[in-house]
Parts: sequence; C-alpha cells; structure tokens
Amino acid sequence: MIEVEHLQKRFVVRRGRLRRERHVVEAVRDVSFRIDRGELVGYLGPNGAGKSTTIKMLTGILVPSGGRISVAGMEPSRQRVELARRIGAMFGQRIQLWWDLPLLDSFELLRHIYRVPADRYRASLARFCEVLELDPFLHTPVRQLSLGQRIRGELTAAMLHGPELLFLDEPTIGLDVVAKQRVRDFLVEINRQDGVTVLLTTHDLGDIERLCERLLVIDHGSLIWDGRIAELRVRYGDERTLVVDLEEPAPPLRVEGARVERVEGPRQWLRFRGPAAELTARVAAAAQVVDLQIAEPDIEEIVRRIYTGK
Amino acid sequence: MVDAVLLWRRLVGAQVRSQVQYRGSFALELVGAFVIAFLDFVAVLVIFHNTPRLAEWTVQEVAFLYALSSITFAFTDLLIGHLDLFPRLIRDGNFDILLVRPRGTLFQVIASDFQLRRLGKAAQGVLVLVYALSALEIHWTAPRVVVLLASIPAGVLIFSAVWVVFASLAFWTTDSGEFTNAFTYGGNFLAQYPIDIYGAWLRRLLAYLIPLAFVCYFPALYVLGKQDPLGLPRVLQFLSPAVALAVAVVAGCVWRFAVRHYRSAGG
Repeated sequence: MIEVEHLQKRFVVRRGRLRRERHVVEAVRDVSFRIDRGELVGYLGPNGAGKSTTIKMLTGILVPSGGRISVAGMEPSRQRVELARRIGAMFGQRIQLWWDLPLLDSFELLRHIYRVPADRYRASLARFCEVLELDPFLHTPVRQLSLGQRIRGELTAAMLHGPELLFLDEPTIGLDVVAKQRVRDFLVEINRQDGVTVLLTTHDLGDIERLCERLLVIDHGSLIWDGRIAELRVRYGDERTLVVDLEEPAPPLRVEGARVERVEGPRQWLRFRGPAAELTARVAAAAQVVDLQIAEPDIEEIVRRIYTGK
Repeated sequence: MVDAVLLWRRLVGAQVRSQVQYRGSFALELVGAFVIAFLDFVAVLVIFHNTPRLAEWTVQEVAFLYALSSITFAFTDLLIGHLDLFPRLIRDGNFDILLVRPRGTLFQVIASDFQLRRLGKAAQGVLVLVYALSALEIHWTAPRVVVLLASIPAGVLIFSAVWVVFASLAFWTTDSGEFTNAFTYGGNFLAQYPIDIYGAWLRRLLAYLIPLAFVCYFPALYVLGKQDPLGLPRVLQFLSPAVALAVAVVAGCVWRFAVRHYRSAGG
C-alpha cells in the first residue's frame, strides 16, 4: 500500500536579518519502509524528528528532495488530486471543518468536494454518527464544539469518502482520557471492519500500545526501528524494576543481581533481569522492607532507551 | 467546469449564509463599503475642481474610466479579495488541508470566502458609470456595446491574474501581504486614471508588463471614440479579452510552480 525508498527532504533555512546565511536542514535523511494493506502502524519520534514531514510527503503536501514514494500505486506529489480521493488525512493541529458552519454543513460540503454519491454518503454518515456519537452536536457551529467533539468531527470528515488509507498526525493530542479512548476504538473499528490501512504519528505512547502492532521510530530524520511492538519489548524491555519501600531512609542497597537506579527517602528503585523471587528474598534479608512492587518497562521507557541508543 | 461552478456556488453559498445571519452588522458593512468608495470618487472631483482637464481627458471621461475600473475591481475583490489573507494560510500551514483534497488548490482558495459586503463598492462604481454615461454623449454602436460589456469580465480576469501572481510570492516569502497590496489595490488606483498622465516607464509597465491598461484604458478609448493620446496601435483597444486569457494562463502556471515550493509549517 505504501512503499518508501530512500526518502529525503531538505529545507533551506535563511537565518539572520542583514547577512542572510543559508542553512540546509535535513528533516528526513534516508527513510525506507513498506506498509501492507490493512496494517495499523504507529510512527513515533521526538519533536522535529521528521514524522510530520514524512506524512506530508506521503500525502502529496510536500515534494520530496530525493527518493521514491508510492502510495496506492501513485506518486503523491505528481498525482495529488487522484491520490486525494483514495486517502483520508487528519492533522490533530489543523482544522479542516468550516469554522462558522454547523458540523453537518461541513460534511455536506465535503461530500460535494469528494463527489460522494448521496446514498453512500448517507450510509457512512449514519454509521459514523453512531460510532462517534455525533448526533448531539451535528447542528452546532464548529467553533462552539469542544476539542473532543471537534476531533470526532474531523475524523468523520477524513473518512466520509471511504478512503482505503488513513493518515493521522497526532490525532489524540490534547484529548482527555475518555475522548482518547473513543478515538482509539474508532480507529480499531475502521481498521478491522473496513480494512482501512492506518498510519498514525503520535507522542502518545498509549495510542501505540493500544492500537498498533507495528511501530516505526524515527529520530534525526532516520528510521531507527521498524518492527513489531512485541519484538521491541524483547529487545529493549527485558530489564524490570523492583520498587522497594524501606522502614526508614537508607543508603543504596547492595544486593547481587540488581543495581539501584534511584533513591527517594525510604523508597528505592532496583533494576534487574531474570526472576524476581530470589531478588526479593535477598532484598528482604538486607534491609527492613515495608512493601515491594515490580514494574514492567512501559513503552515509554522502551522508546526512551531506543532514542538514547541503550 | 460546470461541476466546478456548482461546487463554487455551494461553498460560497455556505459562507454567505453565515454572513447574512447577522443581518444588522451585514447591512452596516455594506453601507460602510459604499461610503468609503463614494469618498474615493470625491477625490477625483476635487482634482477636477482645480483643473478642467487631465491631459486630454474631461471630468466625465475620467469618471467613465474610473467607474469601469471600480466596477471591475469591486467584482474582482468580491471573487478573490480574500487572497489578501492568503499569506496567513501559508504561514499557519493550513494550506495543507487544501492539498489533501481532490480539487485544484487555487480553486479551493478562491472558493474559501466571499465577502458580500464588497458589493457596496460595486454599487458606487455603477452609480458613477450612470453619471458618466448620462453626461457623455456616446455614439453607441454594436461593437462599442460589445467592447464595453466584454471589458468587465476581461478586466476581472486581468486583476485576478495579477492578484494570483503576487499572492504566489507567499510560498517563498510567507509574508508578502503589503507588497501584494501595492500591486492589487495600487493597480486599481492606477487603472482609474488615464495612463497617459503617467510617466513613460509607468505607462510601459501598465501597458505591457502588468497589463492593467487593458482593464479599462484601451476599452474606454474605443467606447469613447477617443484618439489615443499616446498613438498606440488601435488594435490594442480590442485585445482585452485575449490579453486577459493570456495573463490568466500565466498566473495559473506561476501558481502551479509556486505550490511545488510549499514548505508547510512545523508540527
């Protein structure tokens, strides 16, 4: 569905007021990957890593400086209009709905922009209204919607024309827990039921953990991970943390098979590999323990390890 | 094409409905646009209060030229005046949204707004035209009527093309608003007066490079049956529609080229 080979994007930035210096910023250096039909892939990276730039090249917004892209068999920047009919895009920080018009009017206009036949439009609108619970604010001007309501509207807008491929740039940014969950449920549904291929960028690791099987990680314009989340855990996540609450503050414990990572008053964090039973016994022998707790590495921790190259 | 016009009507219709919702403020804006435009014409009358003629032109003839330019510009403003705000669309990166839709980007920018209050300015132009036509004794012939009627759509196209070309600069500079205004609003101002009152370089600029002289100067010469004070070829007086199409094509190409240099905005 998506094939990217040695993709590059350079921006020329001019700095300074009088003597303007040219700087070349390589937003995307050399990125290659392939996404098959029906996949739901997370695209992750710190700010400025090149995530959005990649998405913008895949959707035909930006023209690549080098490399090759094929999306649904088309070259995005050359076949932009044709491609636009077959993909949906939602940018969490951009508004594509008409600000002063009721939500429903925006959908109507989009129907004509995309030339969606009336019966198909009615059917998909009815479905999205149900899944995303749009009915209570369908006739409210977009400017009066809450962020959560607006995002649900934006998602509907991106899906009304029945795209095979959906690009999402930070779809859950700024949403509360309930709203996030609703968006995630929706994405899972369109992916499983309709077979829509989804590529989403996010900062929210919860999105990744709950939605994606596969993860691409980009940093400084290059892909540093492409694989299943389960593999990621095996590779980077075999160290666990034992959180120990002692009776009173103590110097870092010295126990075999673990190292103290952090001390905060009577609480200490010990990193270890392997089974926890022996270690807890050793810790109990070494100090007066009040409470014990084992923390699995979360995806956030794993990603931090990837970024720092550990 | 028909499909595009229907879609334009739909998109613009939605905008207009939301404007007219606030009836009181809409009426005030309409009247305001008319009054500002009217005062603008008073400036022309002030000039003629001091001098009976401007080069070879009487006050009625200048009024005719002025009206033609005003009407043309008012319609242009109505259709695409919101290109003024285009640099902001670029700077905020919201142009992204238009690029992921299956329609031409220029079409979408044009259809994104429609300020009905600008009709106030057109109304002033029509009034001045009525005054000029009743004061001048024009010998009407079929070709003159055709040239007059054709000059308005041709002029709208020329003004629009100039506007689009300068708006395209926003793809590189991201903030070319004032510079663009100099050529759009400034262009309207220049076109309101006979070009023979300007210096030679400005005249050449208007006749050949930014062809604003074709908006009303050349058609007006023909309709008024005036000798061209500059002695330029008579055929130029019929060329406005052709020139309009040519500059529209150029503007379309410039836009296309510019869009490929779009850099979007952070995020």
